[in-house]
Amino acid sequence: MIEEVFSIELPVGERLSIKKNRIQGNTENNRRIAIVSGIHGDEFEGQYICYEVARRLLENIDMLTGTVDIYPALNPLGLDMAERNVPGLDMDLNRLFPGNENGTTMERAAAAIVGDLAGADFCIDVHASDIFVKEIPQVRVSEDFAEKLLPYARLLNTDMVWMNATATVHEATLAHSMNMLGVPSLVVEMGVGTRIHRGYGDQVIEGIFHLMKELGIWNGEVGKVQYPVVSTDGEVEFIRSEMVGVFLPIIAHNHYVKKGDKLGAIVSPLEGRVLQEIRAEKSGLVFTLREYPFVREGSLLARILTGIEEE
Amino acid sequence: MFKEEIYTIHSPYREKMVIQSYRFGKGDPAACILGSVRGNEMQQMYICSQLVRILKDLEANGCINAGKSILVIPVVNGMGMNVGRRFFGVEDIDINRAFPGKKSGDTTDRIAAGIFEKIREYAYGIQLTSFYMSGEFVPHVRMMETGFQNVSLANLFGLPYVVVRKPTPIDTKTLNYNWQNKMTAAFSVYTNRNDSIDEKSARQALAAILRFLTRMGIIRYESHSGYISHVIMEEDLTDVNSTSAGIFKGLVEPGEDVRYGHVMAEVIDPYEGIVRETIKAPTDGIVFFAHKEALIAQGDIVYKLIHRLHE
Repeated sequence: MIEEVFSIELPVGERLSIKKNRIQGNTENNRRIAIVSGIHGDEFEGQYICYEVARRLLENIDMLTGTVDIYPALNPLGLDMAERNVPGLDMDLNRLFPGNENGTTMERAAAAIVGDLAGADFCIDVHASDIFVKEIPQVRVSEDFAEKLLPYARLLNTDMVWMNATATVHEATLAHSMNMLGVPSLVVEMGVGTRIHRGYGDQVIEGIFHLMKELGIWNGEVGKVQYPVVSTDGEVEFIRSEMVGVFLPIIAHNHYVKKGDKLGAIVSPLEGRVLQEIRAEKSGLVFTLREYPFVREGSLLARILTGIEEE
Repeated sequence: MFKEEIYTIHSPYREKMVIQSYRFGKGDPAACILGSVRGNEMQQMYICSQLVRILKDLEANGCINAGKSILVIPVVNGMGMNVGRRFFGVEDIDINRAFPGKKSGDTTDRIAAGIFEKIREYAYGIQLTSFYMSGEFVPHVRMMETGFQNVSLANLFGLPYVVVRKPTPIDTKTLNYNWQNKMTAAFSVYTNRNDSIDEKSARQALAAILRFLTRMGIIRYESHSGYISHVIMEEDLTDVNSTSAGIFKGLVEPGEDVRYGHVMAEVIDPYEGIVRETIKAPTDGIVFFAHKEALIAQGDIVYKLIHRLHE
């Protein structure tokens, strides 16, 4: 059943409406999981996951023993414009939680979202990467909630669980706010901005059904899930540009490299020469690789997960 | 006057962006004044440029007190200004939410760290800045309630109001917050404009900064005593919201005294031209903030009133 979570009138002949699809099983189990996505308008990976989870549930509704709420577009205007932030307000919705019932439009939207999610037994916030770098499927967990969340994070069939990674798990985010309210919430990240990688999506969808089974919401068959690498910030090597130019990688994403291996080069199209060769300073898995070619000082080129061996 | 490049950032096809500072006097780092950090803060840049002009004259006349030095940074995001963008680069990141920055971080982290390294030693920090909601304020000094704030010092600017804001997670990466955490007495000065020049409020802000520097014994400058400031806690301001959406026609200006029931604005149907809503003052008070955009969404804050204060 499609329900409206938040709705307001925009200035000229349009309503801003945040919707969810509530899919309920036939038993009296009150357990509820929420799958949310589209907080950042340039991240589309969650669209496939929301569609495919809903499709499978509806086709096998007799296997559903609880409630699944699917929110594919928490930032509808951003998704429409493929803009990361909330258009007009120019603020990151994922820095406005838990919101404010008396604040600006999106602060009120954030408060309504939190109010709707409150009381759920679990929440999965599906993100893609931004348009700049490509990521392998991973769960990001704040260290503050790691003890409680790690057993669930391992079930999501991702390649990696990154503890206390970036701001995506920090204060003012939806996941942090929900965890503070006692709703266990995980952030899943994969792919690259404005694209859908169906392989990654299928992998995470398997994990979501596995988690639902663990939570007693899903009674259907589930396949095996892989055991993710669990890493902390100390095991992640950041490789950043020190030059200005165009980055041309020569390795594939999700690829093992050895210390000293060449990862790519920063070149000058104007001068026709290589400005900087980029090499791995440590061995490990390239789990993040730059997609957006232009770089300047500090641009993230790659992240290597160290301390693991190639299988 | 000593002109110094405090940070430089490069671009593949544009000239480098140089963040210039101007130092006056010699001795202890007494006061630092930062102008435009965002690419739409033209008024802030204008005020700072006028400050540089006046301090140059004062220094030539021996009016900078011995043993005191003043640093002025008129513009940070010059690249943004030249292309009409508030935030920095293709990543569209707010430099004023990147403090204290990180030398090995991404581009905006590096810019923030480069600036912060040069300005964190100053005893007094003054930032001319803008609010995340677009609109006009009565000129005021704003401080974060970090536990280190000194409201009585803020009174010495002689502006009509001092506002104390309880920091939320979105504030913790601002310059003001981080300055205060490093024991700099930090003040944000707001005038009533951002992306256009308002001479009257610019002169008021300029006079307030010079008055403050005089009262702190940093310069010798004869000026009017200004106001005995009224101190307001931000949460005590009364919000006035629209209940409909459309074309916004504001009928009162920041600084105006309104009485309960006074008509403050109209919301007009964008198709048929009829008045859809008449917004009335919910209390007696002074208009502290006013929405200035032509359009309004349902529920947006259109005014903030200082409750039960009269001219």
